[in-house]
Amino acid sequence: MSSGRTSAAVDTRPSLSWVWRDSWTEATRHLRAVPRNPELLVFATIQPVMFVLLFVYVFGGAIATPGYTNYEQYLIPGIVAQTVVFGSAFTGVGLAEDLSKGIIDRLRSLPMYQPAVLIGRTVSDLARNVVAFVVMMVVAWLVGFRVEGSWLGALGATALLLGFSYAFSWIQAYIGLSVRSVEAANSAGFIWMFPLTFVSSAFVLTATMPGWLAAIADANPFTKLTNAARALFNGQDPGSDLWQALAWAIGITVVFAFLASRKFSRSTSR
Amino acid sequence: MGTNVRSARVPAVDLAVEASGLRKAFGDTEALQGVDLDVRRATVLGLLGPNGAGKTTTVRILATLLRPDAGTARIDGIDVVADPRAVRARIGLTGQYAAVDERLTGAENLEHVGRLYHLGVPEARRRGAELLEQFDLTDAATRPVKGYSGGMRRRLDIAMSLIARPSVLFLDEPTTGLDPRSRLGMWDLIEGLVERGTTTVLTTQYLDEAERLADDIAVIDHGQVIARGSAGALKQQIGGTRLTVTASDPAVLGSMVSALAVLSAATAAPIADPVAGTVTVTVTGADGVIPAAVRLLDAEGIDVRDIDVAGPTLDDVFLQLTGRPAETLDDVGDPPHAGEPVQGRAEAS
Repeated sequence: MSSGRTSAAVDTRPSLSWVWRDSWTEATRHLRAVPRNPELLVFATIQPVMFVLLFVYVFGGAIATPGYTNYEQYLIPGIVAQTVVFGSAFTGVGLAEDLSKGIIDRLRSLPMYQPAVLIGRTVSDLARNVVAFVVMMVVAWLVGFRVEGSWLGALGATALLLGFSYAFSWIQAYIGLSVRSVEAANSAGFIWMFPLTFVSSAFVLTATMPGWLAAIADANPFTKLTNAARALFNGQDPGSDLWQALAWAIGITVVFAFLASRKFSRSTSR
Repeated sequence: MGTNVRSARVPAVDLAVEASGLRKAFGDTEALQGVDLDVRRATVLGLLGPNGAGKTTTVRILATLLRPDAGTARIDGIDVVADPRAVRARIGLTGQYAAVDERLTGAENLEHVGRLYHLGVPEARRRGAELLEQFDLTDAATRPVKGYSGGMRRRLDIAMSLIARPSVLFLDEPTTGLDPRSRLGMWDLIEGLVERGTTTVLTTQYLDEAERLADDIAVIDHGQVIARGSAGALKQQIGGTRLTVTASDPAVLGSMVSALAVLSAATAAPIADPVAGTVTVTVTGADGVIPAAVRLLDAEGIDVRDIDVAGPTLDDVFLQLTGRPAETLDDVGDPPHAGEPVQGRAEAS
């Protein structure tokens, strides 16, 4: 008012509706791009599909999983868990790319709800992971995997898997904003997920590992996730694994959403 | 009352940008060591300096991306630290890289930013179409930005920062990385914006760019403003017109120096540059200098290839202020030619 003429008819009063509007605006920025770059989605799903086929037909005969109808019933929940968790790496790479191109600088200079940049990104990556999940389940069905429990249980397993994927997106967001290049975001995002997902019950029974490694694998939150999802798909009682997996997903989301948002408010291109 | 007394201080209401005592350190590096700036409404301030001088850090503080360690900054009277959101509603930022989303079309990029300024979708689209027209991008509006040239990306980038009609526009090195033709186009475009009354803070490491676009120039080096004024005023600090004579035969440079000594302004003797084969004389005025020089050299029977008279350039200003030529400080790529105003030029032999 006192500054003479106001040039912009911009409403600067923050409101709760901005949280949704701005997050959705940012999510659409990424979602609009998906159909224009279909090969990105195709390649993102080819690898997990290949893994399913290789594990089922190459290792399947050699890996004993007593208590399960066949190896597929054991493997599929684990490999799906790995796929959706790996899919979270898109978040870090995408943010590192926006940072290096100066897009984060521009967004930070706008009167928007700032964490919407991260919410929009993680939500759009979740949508992408849903697509990957559906493709995987179709392939899984083709190789003989069946839901042996209730459909409600299967739905619960699906929610748990995608919730974990979303939680990991926030870890990746933090990594993507912390490293200095897109390439670094790519390596730093992926490298630790290999031991995390392999030293677990995803592919083999942990009892077959050396004692010390089995102890690590049993304590691994990824094992909790895999066990819970596997139990729900196979109609067994997930027991405490379910609550522990859920607690991990919520805990990771809360802690890393806080860390990533704080990091974001200080991020500038270099 | 009726007297013609004017306050030396510009009333704050006329200042779109005010900054005082800005300091910022990154670890041990003191990027800013007390920067004072003010920009009058509807004028262009050129922040001129070599890489690493603190230009971008200054812009980032003014645009709320960085918090200063000390000092204050206000945009339209609003403190950038106390109320960043209100500041963000009033500024447009075009950073060093074209911050466009390559996956989207030009029109989508504009609409997206308009929505984040909370213009509403219809207004964001309407304003976007207007800017596409103004920036000569209408034909490319529905194509993904991936296929745009560097100049087109830059134009789109600036259009995006104008979508909410900002009170202050920040342009951080708007022509870096552009080819000479796009660069000239960008200058025309920025001049057009300025004519419409957009207050602009422009950073550049190109002297000719600051000279052409800025009403006021702040020369910044090592995190401090070391000189301030219009291009004309800065040149006057250096003063003098320079006569440069190129010898046909470098062996005669010595006799050229003595022949031309009478033309030289009080304090400075002619300077010979054996590498270039030239003699430079600082003279008091340009009028009649070339014929006089030709007569003097002809009387001594000295052959000359070229005679050139030029006013001082901002290069000279920079050299004088920092003790280093501007371009030797530049570590990225080749800057386009710094100003070469050639006023009187005669071939003599």
